[in-house]
Amino acid sequence: MRPSSRLLTPTRRLFLQSTAAVTGLAALGSLPAGKAHAANVTVGFIYVGPKDDFGYNQAHAEGAAAVRSIPGVTIIEEENVAETVDVQNTMESMIQFDGASLIFPTSFGYFDPHILTVAQRHPDVRFQHCGGLWSADRHPENVGSYFGYIGMGQYLNGIAAGHATRSKRIGFVAAKPIPQVLLNINSFLLGARSVDPEIICQVIFTGEWSMSVREAEATNALADQGCDVITCHVDGPKVVMETAAARDCFVCGYHADQSALAPEKYLTGAEWNWAQVYTSMVTAHLAGEAIPNFVRGGLADDFIKMSPFGPAVTESAQGQIADTKAKILAGGYAVIQGPLNDNKGNQIAAAGQNFEETDVALESMDYLVEGVIGSIS
Amino acid sequence: MAQVESMAHSMARPDWRARFARQSEAIIIPLSALVLGLAGFALFLFVQGKSPVQFFQLVWLGGFGTGFSWQNTLSRAAPLLLAGLCVAIPARLGLVVIGGEGAIVMGGVAAGAAAIVLSGLWAPFGIVAMAAAGALAGALWIGAVGALRHWRGVNETISSLLLAYIAIALMNHLVEGPLRDPASLNKPSTPTIDAALAVGKMPWPNVHWGRLTGVFACILTWILLERTAWGFAARMAGSNLRAAQVQGLPVGALILGFTAFAGCLAGLAGYFEVAAVHGSANASLAAGYGYSGILVAFLARHNPLAIIPVALLLAGFEASSGLLQRRMGLPDASVLVLQGFVFVAILASEAVYGRLRLFSPERWSRA
Repeated sequence: MRPSSRLLTPTRRLFLQSTAAVTGLAALGSLPAGKAHAANVTVGFIYVGPKDDFGYNQAHAEGAAAVRSIPGVTIIEEENVAETVDVQNTMESMIQFDGASLIFPTSFGYFDPHILTVAQRHPDVRFQHCGGLWSADRHPENVGSYFGYIGMGQYLNGIAAGHATRSKRIGFVAAKPIPQVLLNINSFLLGARSVDPEIICQVIFTGEWSMSVREAEATNALADQGCDVITCHVDGPKVVMETAAARDCFVCGYHADQSALAPEKYLTGAEWNWAQVYTSMVTAHLAGEAIPNFVRGGLADDFIKMSPFGPAVTESAQGQIADTKAKILAGGYAVIQGPLNDNKGNQIAAAGQNFEETDVALESMDYLVEGVIGSIS
Repeated sequence: MAQVESMAHSMARPDWRARFARQSEAIIIPLSALVLGLAGFALFLFVQGKSPVQFFQLVWLGGFGTGFSWQNTLSRAAPLLLAGLCVAIPARLGLVVIGGEGAIVMGGVAAGAAAIVLSGLWAPFGIVAMAAAGALAGALWIGAVGALRHWRGVNETISSLLLAYIAIALMNHLVEGPLRDPASLNKPSTPTIDAALAVGKMPWPNVHWGRLTGVFACILTWILLERTAWGFAARMAGSNLRAAQVQGLPVGALILGFTAFAGCLAGLAGYFEVAAVHGSANASLAAGYGYSGILVAFLARHNPLAIIPVALLLAGFEASSGLLQRRMGLPDASVLVLQGFVFVAILASEAVYGRLRLFSPERWSRA
């Protein structure tokens, strides 16, 4: 089934609405009837945490808010939906009670088996999952997935951190040792090392995507060990940002703009730009066009963006970030460049071997590069 | 002896009104408390400028109003039944076990691990063995709480709660380490279970078989507690441990057996999460069902049969939470606040039992 099938086989109400609209517009003679897409679509957004978490979920909710202003689009949202049968019920409920024809279940863990189960039951509803897992030979056609190369944003964060640190120790509060997180940690350190190769990065894994107490403990532990710039990859960076700033550390943001939490200490941040991504997807859906099943993008595609610089970022830092950003925008930039070892001494890239931003090998990353203090097992 | 017989005689004598009065107390008081709790919440909503009428309409629509609502409610109730029993069974012995979450998580991990070994074997054997693995892991987990209580005198409430944290940490270690499917890159999980081992949906309603298992478990537990010598002995030990020991009741065996049985049911809940919902064991197992089970068991006053409607009611509230967010703009936590109101009202109603003359058999037995 094509994602546009709802437009081709409208419900009675939709038929009446569009007929009335088309007739009305034709009577006014203002538009050719064929162009009048009076189809109202309902788009559902599902978040795994609170949508004002200053992080992962807020980034998606900001994207949803941008979609709200598109004429003919109704937005429905639900927050704090667990990655269990709950999310299956929420998707069903959005379809059954609100007539949603496009749903964005935004948490990574919603995909298998939850989205796959519900998508089979509703071939005429489109499901867009954030995480980039879709593959043509294994998954239904009414499911799509998208993700962004946000590691590049952490690399730019690292450059800002490299200029700001005095102790040459920077810190990273991480949720789980999975490839996406490891790439961010490695990128952050390598960005800093592009400023000063002596910088080291201490990482602490909290083990959970959202556990404020441990995030605060980890941040304090990093500050105790002399880290003076701290960033993180957890769902809601609020606790890390506020705790670090209270300990007089600089901070780099992640997921969304956290500058309001630490105005003096905030350097910059790697943010998702879902507003742009969702607007283009919903516009395509509204026009009855197919949304591509598999979408990836980075800085050049406006999938991610950087927070405005904070007051502590020097001009030389801004200059280096701008130069590097220009290289990334030109395409083909590699953060992992040989020769490079992991922090156990094993070679991960030989001299001359580069892993570009889009390299799929990066998606199964299972190492921390040398200079990162921490262990993934 | 004659005295006892005459007592029994006079007990049997009271007319139907007296019997009815005594039995209706157990239904009317919790129901009134429920209504009072809901009324309190309605007032709260009204003060906040939201329409209580629309709220209850949406709760009805989302939880019970349509065929889909029932399916939604029933699917959420399934784990609550078994989790509630995990609290209600030890409660008969006077033990407050609040760590059912740990048994659910361990049951799920054990089931996921067993599925690795069992894939490709004769399916009926594989299914039974996988369920048994989940149940056994749960039984060991909560049984350990009973053992600590019996032999070391460790408070079962604290130990079960702390063991739940240990279970979650152990699960994270196992699914991110030894049991991890290398293909599960960004959401560490055990390998996906063999399709032959998966538990399917019932023909009607469209909910997995764990729901029916939960109902059967409630009925079986009721029979165990109310109609067997073990249940009677457990009640004695729960009311007065010393007296039970003096009577020669096997208190230690009762504590171990009941806690292990409670854990076994919670472990089964974990097994169903893996076999019927997730298809593998991962961090989603720690979804808080064990903690919701505490609420269910206390609202049901630890009566296994009452757990069935109470679990349905709470699941219905939760099923409607999405509609409340979408239609009324209420925060996700409003259903928690509602549950809190009902919980407090029902706990407070405990004080009323036996105090209302309306329900006293004496009032009705003598004309």
